[in-house]
This record gives sequence, C-alpha cells and structure tokens, in this order.
Amino acid sequence: MLRSRTVPRRGWNIEFVMWVFTRISGAALLIIGAIGMVAALLMGARMQMDLASLMRWSFFPNSSHVVNSNIPDVNLGWISLFWRIMETLIIVFGVSHGFNGLRVVFEDYIKSAVIRKVLRVVILALWIVVMIVALFIVYTS
Amino acid sequence: MSDGRNPGLEGLRYKRGGTMWSWILHRVTGVGMLLFVAMHVIAAFSLQNLGGSTFGKVFNTFYESWLFQCFIYFCVIFHALNGARVIILDTWPKLLQYQREATWLQWLVFIPIYGLTLLVLIQKGLSGG
Repeated sequence: MLRSRTVPRRGWNIEFVMWVFTRISGAALLIIGAIGMVAALLMGARMQMDLASLMRWSFFPNSSHVVNSNIPDVNLGWISLFWRIMETLIIVFGVSHGFNGLRVVFEDYIKSAVIRKVLRVVILALWIVVMIVALFIVYTS
Repeated sequence: MSDGRNPGLEGLRYKRGGTMWSWILHRVTGVGMLLFVAMHVIAAFSLQNLGGSTFGKVFNTFYESWLFQCFIYFCVIFHALNGARVIILDTWPKLLQYQREATWLQWLVFIPIYGLTLLVLIQKGLSGG
C-alpha cells in the first residue's frame, strides 16, 4: 500500500527549525575552523606545531588534544577565554549538527512510526549525554 | 522507507547523476564522522579517566591507523565542501540552475586538497610512521 508521510503545517515547525539550524551550524563550524587555524598560527603555531597538531587544535582547542606538539606548556599560553569560547561553540554546534543529521538519516530509512519515535528519544538522550561529557572535559581540563 | 514502500537497491538509482551521489556521500561521510568522534571520545575518556582499558587501546589503534585516517579525511573534506555548496545554493536559489557546474567545481576543489592529504598519509603509512 502506498501511503505518504503526514506533512506538518507549513511555517515554523520542528523540521524547518532543524533544517535552518543544520545550515547555520554547518556554516558556523566552517567559519570557526578557519578562525581557529588563523588564530593558532598568529599565536605561534607556525613554529610550535606541525600540520596535524594544528588541525587537531583547530578542531578541538584543548590542551589534552596537542600533547605531541612542541609547545613547552600549552596550559600557560594557550588556554584562554577565547579558546574556551571556541571549544564550547564547536561542541554545541558540532554535537547538535551530528546527532540531528543521524536522526534525519534514520528517519528516512525506518518504516515503523513507533521505532522512529523510540529512536528520536534514544538520539535525544545520547545528545544530552555526549553534550554533558564534552562540556565536562572543556571546563575541567 | 517511511512511505510504506521498500525500494531496496532501486532507491540508489533515484534521479541518478552527480548531485545524487553527492547526496548519498554526504550521508555516508556524516555518519562516518559521527562514528569516528564517538570512538575517539570513548577511547580518550577510558584511557584518561578510567585508567587505560583494553577497548580504549583497541579503538585507538584502529582510528590512528593510516588507512582509517585516509577514510576520515575523505569524510571531513567532502562533507565540509559539499555542505558549503548546499548552504550557498539553498541561500541563493537563483544559483540552482548552476547546480551541475557547482558540483564539478566542488570536485575540482576537493581533488587537490584530498590528493595532497593522501600523499602525506600514504608516505607516512608506507614508511611505518
């Protein structure tokens, strides 16, 4: 039997909000990555990091992420409010973008409405847990 | 599928063309990155906070191997470039008539960046570093 999915009312429903959020967070992550790389190079990464460490630092500017670099003491010169804000933004945008994407992919391939709802709850729970763990790492290291 | 049909592999032929493959690759690379980040976080957490468990080390060896790095760099670079293309075309729908050209441009940017990455990774992998 052919049956189309019920289409929600046009306008600001959750699907549309997440559609907009996916684009905003995606663009934000690209911009944050670019700003992070330039800022790290300005701070001296040109002499103190190889390319791989620079990438790791830009993706997640946390001292535990660049243990193999030539920086004498990351915590001394590299941990500042600016990098804390960058870390937090990357976590919030990245984790939300990723789990929402997983939800979109799941919902496209799962027939049963019940399983779709269960998966929604599971993904929401995973999102909350990962967010707490990640922010814990950011604010305790 | 949620409309009650089960297209199976026929679904892969939906519309065909470069942009359809970009759409499929976008999903695969997105889920690939999510898998990598999940493994990375679990492994790092278990190695640093739980005093070095075995599965943390197993995950670590797996995603630090140069073959997996080739895969994950493909995911990151492709997903970023394809996402940028989608954002630009969605924001200015007038540009949608150049979708095909945009897809080619995307591959023209992708190939040198990923090619250089592969070169470095394979050199490193073959020299045992």
